[in-house]
Amino acid sequence: MSILVNANSRILVQGLTGATGSFHAKECAAYHDTKIVAGVTPGKGGLVHEGVPVFDTVADAVRETGANVSLIFVPPPFAADAVMESADAGVPLAVCVTEGIPAIDEVRIKLALEGSATRMIGPNCPGIITPEECKVGIMPGYIHKKGRVGVVSRSGTLTYEAVWQLSERGIGQSTCLGIGGDPVIGTTFVDALALFLEDPGTDAVVMIGEIGGSAEEEAAAFYTASGSKKPIASFVAGATAPPGKRMGHAGAIISGGKGTAAEKKAALAAAGIGVAESPADMGVTMARMMVERDLAPASVLD
Amino acid sequence: MKIHEYQAKQVLSAYGVPTLRNAVCTTPDEVAQAARELGGGTVVVKAQVHAGGRGKGGGVKLAHSPDQARAVAEQILGMTLVTHQTGPDGVLVRIVMVEEGCKIARELYAGIALDRASGLPVLMASAEGGVEIEQVAAENPEAIKKEAFEPDRGLLGFQARRLAFALGLSGKSVGKAARLFTALAKAYVEKDASLAEINPLVVTEDGELIALDAKIDFDDNGLFRNKDVAAMADDAEVDALEERAKALGLSYIALDGSVGCMVNGAGLAMATMDVIQHHGGMPANFLDVGGGATLEKVTEAFRIILEDVKVKAILVNIFGGIMRCDVIAEGVVAAARQLGLSVPLVVRLEGTNVERGRQILAESGIALTVASDMTDAARKVVAAAEGK
Repeated sequence: MSILVNANSRILVQGLTGATGSFHAKECAAYHDTKIVAGVTPGKGGLVHEGVPVFDTVADAVRETGANVSLIFVPPPFAADAVMESADAGVPLAVCVTEGIPAIDEVRIKLALEGSATRMIGPNCPGIITPEECKVGIMPGYIHKKGRVGVVSRSGTLTYEAVWQLSERGIGQSTCLGIGGDPVIGTTFVDALALFLEDPGTDAVVMIGEIGGSAEEEAAAFYTASGSKKPIASFVAGATAPPGKRMGHAGAIISGGKGTAAEKKAALAAAGIGVAESPADMGVTMARMMVERDLAPASVLD
Repeated sequence: MKIHEYQAKQVLSAYGVPTLRNAVCTTPDEVAQAARELGGGTVVVKAQVHAGGRGKGGGVKLAHSPDQARAVAEQILGMTLVTHQTGPDGVLVRIVMVEEGCKIARELYAGIALDRASGLPVLMASAEGGVEIEQVAAENPEAIKKEAFEPDRGLLGFQARRLAFALGLSGKSVGKAARLFTALAKAYVEKDASLAEINPLVVTEDGELIALDAKIDFDDNGLFRNKDVAAMADDAEVDALEERAKALGLSYIALDGSVGCMVNGAGLAMATMDVIQHHGGMPANFLDVGGGATLEKVTEAFRIILEDVKVKAILVNIFGGIMRCDVIAEGVVAAARQLGLSVPLVVRLEGTNVERGRQILAESGIALTVASDMTDAARKVVAAAEGK
């Protein structure tokens, strides 16, 4: 079991014919059962790009191929429009990898998706993967291992680090997703946790936050209110970041003394969520919680 | 991107926000001349630097005649201004703004920022002007009135009036304030601002509303469609290394420690700083080489780290996803050969093509330490920075 994507997902790639889209679509298609069924590049409809049919519009692609996930590599000036086009065509899941979208456009996307049937993951994210089934994003597939731990993160490479630490210990994952490092995003920690806590194929969750905003505090409050017994292990990056400096991600900034790692860790710990003090300990923190609850054999602690 | 007060006033003025007459000067003579042209009466001379707290630092002074204006300009121009936002080294004042005076009845606050919880820009207004909004928020949150708005509808008329009434305005001041708030919201959206603040927003004895100070920060991601804004960048105000890194698509922030870091991905870069501190060291920088770094980028990243004289050891921590470990390894080797390594280097590689990457490092003959994971890497680099 998994959340949001699986072996039956039918993926269309917006921006398929660009260098980035082309490269990653091929990498996704080569991963287990991932089905890249269409590409969309306005003006290139009718072409077949690396064996994938290209359409002028998302609506055409959906009608002709039954696509139900869109993976978006459209450059920042046009990315908001691309997400809205997917929503207009009724695609249930839009995964927007694009980095550098103006924040005001992200507000526009959020407003456009309200009340629609479309969920967006991202933008500025690595995407989502259900190990050994379906990869919709730019993550290195081979570090993942099929299993029962959900992983959700605001950062890309730090997600890979966490997944690698889990896989090295023999702990597989149900689904891993990066929700993105921007201030306005489509799927929040709370949204992802709600899905993982409901998923019968997920026994535990690793949540990786970072400084800025209050998404971690909201996730902690949600977990407490849910009453769920599924263990969650966490790490918050940026304990040593100075205030007022934007640490790469637009959303990763401590402003007005708010959004510090210390505040977030305290809120997570108060909700009974395991907090790794070092990023090297994300895997072992999860492993310990799982062993305590008989969700994993003691060998994962080796 | 940050701009100066006088530039922020130009932007807002173009949207109809009332400001006082002013002039931008770089010499005391120009200041005296400007004071004469503004009527020869009371003016204020304000240092133009990208930092708040200028008044407390001695960068803002009143003058009651052109001669006095020249005298205060002599003090301010060329001074090193230290405020709570500049750091202990302060910043050199090269530009001042000379502005006419006005008769102030009340000082208010108006500012717009993106509220992440609602995902909308929010206009905040307070009757407690002249004070930092964070301080008001901490001590008296009730005093801050908020109106969220959608970018393409803008701040609606009734919202703007509601704010004006909440601030205790009456008579013709209500309409003036409402127009000002609407203009501020329009500027925020159209110019892709990330923060637009008028503090203080003064009500004069005549009931006029005027932006006595103004601050706008812009969303870097929106600069591609705001060339006029991009042209306002003041290169002298930004860290030279940070600027060079940005031009190469690298994200670099100078810090105070001794361990130079080169990492791919912002989250991993922050986590690397954390793990260094966890093991007793201090990072010298945040440096994200990004997802699609090339040989040239890696070399240049190395060069930037080595130019920082505080750096006593370097940690390269790469989790290759899109970025292949062999490319990183080649970059490290090329940079080390070209620049000459003056400090110990610890490398931790994991991910795509890791075996090939490790082989390149091993065969290069360059003196470096290979680490197996983040803990091992942090311990080794902290020890190296301490000369052990």
